[in-house]
Amino acid sequence: MACALLTIGAGLAWAVGRELAAARSGDAPASGPMVAGTNHPVIIGRPAGPPTVLAGFTDHQGDPVQVTCGACHTTTQPNLAIRSGEQLEQFHQGLHYAHGSLSCLSCHNAEDYDTLRLADGSPVEFGDVMQLCGQCHGPQLRDYERGLHGGMTGYWDLTRGPRSRHNCITCHDPHAPAYPLVHPVFPPRDRVAAGVHP
Amino acid sequence: METRPDLPEPRRGLSRRGLLKGFGATLGLAAFAKAIAPLTEWAPTVSLDEFLQKHYLELSPVDLEIILRRLERETREQYGTDVTIADHRAPAGVKFGYALNLSICNGCRRCAEACHLENNHDRPSHQSYIRVFEMQKGSLDLEKGNVHYDHPVPQPDKFYLPVQCQQCERPPCVEVCPVEATWKEPDGIVVVDYNWCIGCRYCQAACPYHARRFNWTKPQIPATEINPDQSYLSNRIRPQGTMEKCHFCLHRTRNGRLPACLEACPTGARVFGNLLDPDSEIRQVLAHKRVFVLKEELGLRPQFFYFFDV
Repeated sequence: MACALLTIGAGLAWAVGRELAAARSGDAPASGPMVAGTNHPVIIGRPAGPPTVLAGFTDHQGDPVQVTCGACHTTTQPNLAIRSGEQLEQFHQGLHYAHGSLSCLSCHNAEDYDTLRLADGSPVEFGDVMQLCGQCHGPQLRDYERGLHGGMTGYWDLTRGPRSRHNCITCHDPHAPAYPLVHPVFPPRDRVAAGVHP
Repeated sequence: METRPDLPEPRRGLSRRGLLKGFGATLGLAAFAKAIAPLTEWAPTVSLDEFLQKHYLELSPVDLEIILRRLERETREQYGTDVTIADHRAPAGVKFGYALNLSICNGCRRCAEACHLENNHDRPSHQSYIRVFEMQKGSLDLEKGNVHYDHPVPQPDKFYLPVQCQQCERPPCVEVCPVEATWKEPDGIVVVDYNWCIGCRYCQAACPYHARRFNWTKPQIPATEINPDQSYLSNRIRPQGTMEKCHFCLHRTRNGRLPACLEACPTGARVFGNLLDPDSEIRQVLAHKRVFVLKEELGLRPQFFYFFDV
């Protein structure tokens, strides 16, 4: 009898553990570590969707026309040889590009320019860009999922309020992801030490 | 008593003894007047209520309520804006910890600026609880760090070390305070009762992290820039002549919010949370990163952790 109870108990514990693990792994890319009894969400910022570019002309009201990638790219042949904006004759010439040895079509999907492309060739929405970045930047994605990478605002205690988190391209330009040099703000004005250091 | 005719009559008028007595009394009165003279000077800056105020930990809820309303009134009179001064108590089951990724921090000092704005610091002196040291790679000698750097960051041979109160488990600043105006709260935050502090600055000398600040002047802040969301032990405007220090933004964090310096960090180098919650981000840092504390050899057990990505 006791043995049977123990077995049932162990089985239950195993099932619950699996459930929790599954829930966590499912949630992880979107929400990071979750607290038991959570009643406020962790909101991950997402890119709005496929980006648009200025078409170079205005509509009948005089507003500049924005077009999605597919507007041009459905009628142009993809060119695998292009590796930076400077090689182009129209559009994207000014694009600063510094992202390892990748080329445009490493991430952009030549079959549907309004989506991105994973390394295995399958399409992925612009909104799910973190899935794309995470293919190469594993340690960063791992740290992000643990809440150790990327800025956040809101509540540390999710029982009191929600939290907002950035996605990769909030801080990193996907075409030149290295964080740029910045000029420091707010220099200290110490009473005695000012001017001692160069 | 029988009169003895052979003794001379006692002299009338001023005796030598009487003169000396009078002289002594005059001197004594003068000295007393001089000694109490400073009392005539405190009247304009310190109200009688404040002078007679008890230590924060001895205040009854009613006393505290009266004091908070008085402080709000004084802020309005002196700074010309309406503020709310609350009393945020340490939540149960929470011990705050902070961690900072030195591989990611780029030394932009936005945390120091956010602290300045959030905590109603004196504007002219650029007061802030955070000091960012530009450090030579390979060294952790704070004395060789430069806080006055003024060039694009990060420089390739440098790393950037923001330092604020480390909320030590054994805080030397608390031990040296002669009037117990500073103490460690149950959630780990070392706080100051600004009205009890006598401004002796012993705590500033005792802190090995340069984390304490002194209000040399009455803080100057334009009314429009004052953060009205205030707390007695944190960001209410401090009186002149008192010590202050980082309190992990307790007026925010005790309400569950993240500290201002963390929200301001553009690189995401800062991690904050409850050390007692095994699922918290701060516990993830401790579990998965090789963390260290500053000046570990002093044995003060800081609750502020640093790490590099490796």
